[in-house]
Amino acid sequence: MDIARHWRLRRQRYALVGEQCGHCREYIFPPRDICPHCGEEAGPVHAMCGRGEVYSFTVVHEPPTGYETQAPYAVALVKLAEGPLVTAQLTDVDAADIKIGMPVEMVTRRLRTDGAEGVIQYGYKFRPHLAVS
Amino acid sequence: MTNFTGNEKPISPAAPVMRPARGVGIAGYGAYVPRYRLPGKEISRVWTEGNTPPTVAEKSVPGLDEDVITMAVEAARNALDRAGTDPSGIGAVWVGSESHPYAVKPSSSVVAEAIGASPNLLAADWEFACKAGSEAMQAAVGMVGSGMIRYALAIGMDTAQGRPGDALEYTAGAGGGAFLIGPAEDALAVIEASYSYATDTPDFWRRDHAQYPSHAQRFTGEPAYFKHVTRAARTLLAGTGASPADFRYAVFHQPNPKFPQRAAELLGFTREQIQAGLLAPQIGNTYAGSALIGLTAVLDQAAPGDRILVVSFGSGAGSDAFQLTVTEKLLERRPRAPRTADYISRRKEIDYGVYARYRGKLKM
Ligand SMILES: [Zn+2]
Repeated sequence: MDIARHWRLRRQRYALVGEQCGHCREYIFPPRDICPHCGEEAGPVHAMCGRGEVYSFTVVHEPPTGYETQAPYAVALVKLAEGPLVTAQLTDVDAADIKIGMPVEMVTRRLRTDGAEGVIQYGYKFRPHLAVS
Repeated sequence: MTNFTGNEKPISPAAPVMRPARGVGIAGYGAYVPRYRLPGKEISRVWTEGNTPPTVAEKSVPGLDEDVITMAVEAARNALDRAGTDPSGIGAVWVGSESHPYAVKPSSSVVAEAIGASPNLLAADWEFACKAGSEAMQAAVGMVGSGMIRYALAIGMDTAQGRPGDALEYTAGAGGGAFLIGPAEDALAVIEASYSYATDTPDFWRRDHAQYPSHAQRFTGEPAYFKHVTRAARTLLAGTGASPADFRYAVFHQPNPKFPQRAAELLGFTREQIQAGLLAPQIGNTYAGSALIGLTAVLDQAAPGDRILVVSFGSGAGSDAFQLTVTEKLLERRPRAPRTADYISRRKEIDYGVYARYRGKLKM
């Protein structure tokens, strides 16, 4: 597990911190050097609101190393309210209840652990909108 | 329990009730309860062929990707949403728990980073069994009240574990609350006075590296819970001159539904006063989260002018007591985040097998 890489990316992973292009005003996630929309220099920093919808998804039954204990789990392409598409796990939901277009919100969860003694990586996942009264 | 009245020793007139130099209160509050529920009858089925009547109807269980850090982050975000405060102005992020994911490496620094409060702040983890969160609140009142910092975030959160088959397994739940403590002029509830009471009492403990806690059976009642809760409450009330009738709500630490009801009775509080904050029957004992999440549920329905008493209890043993009065600001801030009841009604029932998997009770 690459501790240094995760540490560098912690703000985007913990809280969906991306950018809003100062030239074309488009939102960018993950953050980049060059804006993919207009080709100018990207930035400044902008935290996404965390709301979005399921664009597409698949259920993982044969997980890669580090994720074994969580399978089966769903991985989705989530279209953020600001526009960018993000790949992330869905959580707090049964696979049978997931639908394209389902509104979801970002939560910070355990992504993976490096065994029982290694570091715990935290990052964004998405869950169905919490129903509020 | 029968002979104990909580009145054994008179409280001296100079009781050491604490008041900050400058007015302090709660600027924002937030709760978190995970989605899964294990019914008490399911534990009884597995261990006693259904012959043990469950202490609580069901308890909350965290998912595979949850721990004290992730749960604290969500409660903290709710508290910040209600307060409407810029997180970079928070001077302290403190997480009280007895189930921090790391033995060495703070939960608080991860929480602070996730909510955007880093790096100009104090970050620390607090430990004192079930009162680690309220202890952090006391310290927050002190630092904000002295003017050293403007806001401090105090969190009590736990993913409690009970030894399989033990009496505590029926109640050991998961959840908690977060409170952004700030100046009184920005408070949705002003903390008028507080008091802390602690003695060396070995009622419940967990040794280093032990997976499950141990407890001194009946010893947990009178000399531990009841003595500390009633002494803390009576000393605080003696210091502020308030009587139980002056309070609209009271919250006592809830290791089970019976203890807080009995404590209320001993102190002269009614069932109605403790009802709103009594969550143990639905989510179990959330340990360091227990009194704090009870207070979040009270704030979810309190009105300006209502007075609230909160008394925590931590084994080992001690109690923190707070007297609060709700302000007009509660009404506009309350709807900015999910209510505690929203989390409680989000529930998926699981059986003992799934619970054993989720809580790491299976050796692979
Ligand atoms: Zn651009």
